[in-house]
Amino acid sequence: MNTISALAGVVIKELYRRKDFYVLFVLTALITVLMGMMRFFNDAKIIGYVKEICLMLVSISALVIAITTAARQIPAERENRTIFPLLAKPVTRGQVLVGKFLGSWLATGIALVVFYLFFGILSGSHENRWPVLILLEAFWLQWMMLSVVIALVVFGSVTFSAPSANITICMIVVLGILTVGEHLNQVAMQQNQPVGSIISMIYFLIPHLEWFDIHKLVLFNQPPVPWVYCLLASLYALGYTAVFLFAAWLAFRHKPLTA
Amino acid sequence: MMKAKSASLTSMDSARDPEGSAVIQIQKLCVEYAGRGFGQGPTLAVKDLDLRIGQGEVFGFLGPNGAGKTSTMQVLLGFREATRGEAFLFGVNVRQPIARQRIGYLPELTYYYKFLTAEELLRFYATIFKIPRSETERRIDALLDLVELGSVRKRRIRDFSKGMQQRIGLAQALINNPDLLILDEPTSGLDPLGRMKVREIIQRLKNEGKTVFFSSHELGEVETVCDRIAIIHQGELRVAGRVGDLVAKYHTDLEKIFLQIVGYRAESSS
Repeated sequence: MNTISALAGVVIKELYRRKDFYVLFVLTALITVLMGMMRFFNDAKIIGYVKEICLMLVSISALVIAITTAARQIPAERENRTIFPLLAKPVTRGQVLVGKFLGSWLATGIALVVFYLFFGILSGSHENRWPVLILLEAFWLQWMMLSVVIALVVFGSVTFSAPSANITICMIVVLGILTVGEHLNQVAMQQNQPVGSIISMIYFLIPHLEWFDIHKLVLFNQPPVPWVYCLLASLYALGYTAVFLFAAWLAFRHKPLTA
Repeated sequence: MMKAKSASLTSMDSARDPEGSAVIQIQKLCVEYAGRGFGQGPTLAVKDLDLRIGQGEVFGFLGPNGAGKTSTMQVLLGFREATRGEAFLFGVNVRQPIARQRIGYLPELTYYYKFLTAEELLRFYATIFKIPRSETERRIDALLDLVELGSVRKRRIRDFSKGMQQRIGLAQALINNPDLLILDEPTSGLDPLGRMKVREIIQRLKNEGKTVFFSSHELGEVETVCDRIAIIHQGELRVAGRVGDLVAKYHTDLEKIFLQIVGYRAESSS
């Protein structure tokens, strides 16, 4: 565990010492300033739209941080050759993968906390409502969803040779699941065989990332979802995370590393 | 049951190392690279290599570029799996990460996290070896003093010169107080002072009874510091023995022995 937490610590340090990380924070600040300006319109609907845009940008920013951070971990270790002094220590390749995953996930979580804090404080100060519980649930579910995404990207990073290819493919897959994932079973029913069966199979195989999205409940000031739902969703995310990390380990464990 | 198990382990160890106390044991090692082009067959980088390095030895591993030195080191360090044969560190198969618990490795070029400071880098590697915190701080102080980087301990590695990066590399290789130090071209890119420092450290480790295994193209340096050497060429071990014995046998210096073994002929002699 020492090794995994040390590796994760290096990932987090790298993230907060890189300049590009702060660009997203500046963007968040700009978004919140924009939201603050909406006070002048005195229109509840406009505030709702701005909240929706804000939440969408928070989701996109978190997704970008998660994918780009996770995608460069293993390739950067190989390209900068830092993996050689690392693997010359009593470290297994499995520990490297888990450490990189954990570091990327925690770093994304820290960024997500900051985003949600900004969103929560500013929307709360405008509406004089403090729906802490639903925001906490939204944050938690989004973070759990990102664990699946990060594990998928880590798997991609040991499979594809170029990080750019991995980022592009993972971004398309994740956005595809988020937008059309839930409709796949309906599409399958309208198709002839065997296409229908194949689409059905895909529907049951893919991780349904859209199930973690409760931003509409946040927008329309709905009550929080039952905690059992959060627990089941977390277990579902952990299951897929474990599957992708296991696949990454299978792909990486015997891979020759050339100095 | 336990006794039977430990007895069988002992007999296995003696089978691996009949002479006992081998720090590095390589048996019939073969490393093969798959052909890259269409119809291109595999390339044999290392062929049936046998080596045994005992405790307290300073061992020079020599060969021209492409001879198979790096491939052998990659197998020892777990970066690559052997196609055939076995390699052991302290009697433990190199396939097991625990085999690397007692070794330090200095790569030829500096491959460290450039966004970390010198002391953060050493602390990171100390954590991997599970060294207690108070001991870690003591070792970091001692090693940074040894490599004369104590004054820049809080500076990020990206701001270090090449020589400073090589010295922090040496410090990280020593963080676990290793019993075996594997050095890949340890003095490449160093100025004469840096080279002298590396030689002093190798000598000091030898005096402490540690084993040093290193590859180098600096034959004069090898002749100065090594007890034994091995010359590998085209993946095969061509010669191994004590430096003094080889010099006496071939009636010439190490450089000429090396050139003779790799089949070099000067233009004037052809």
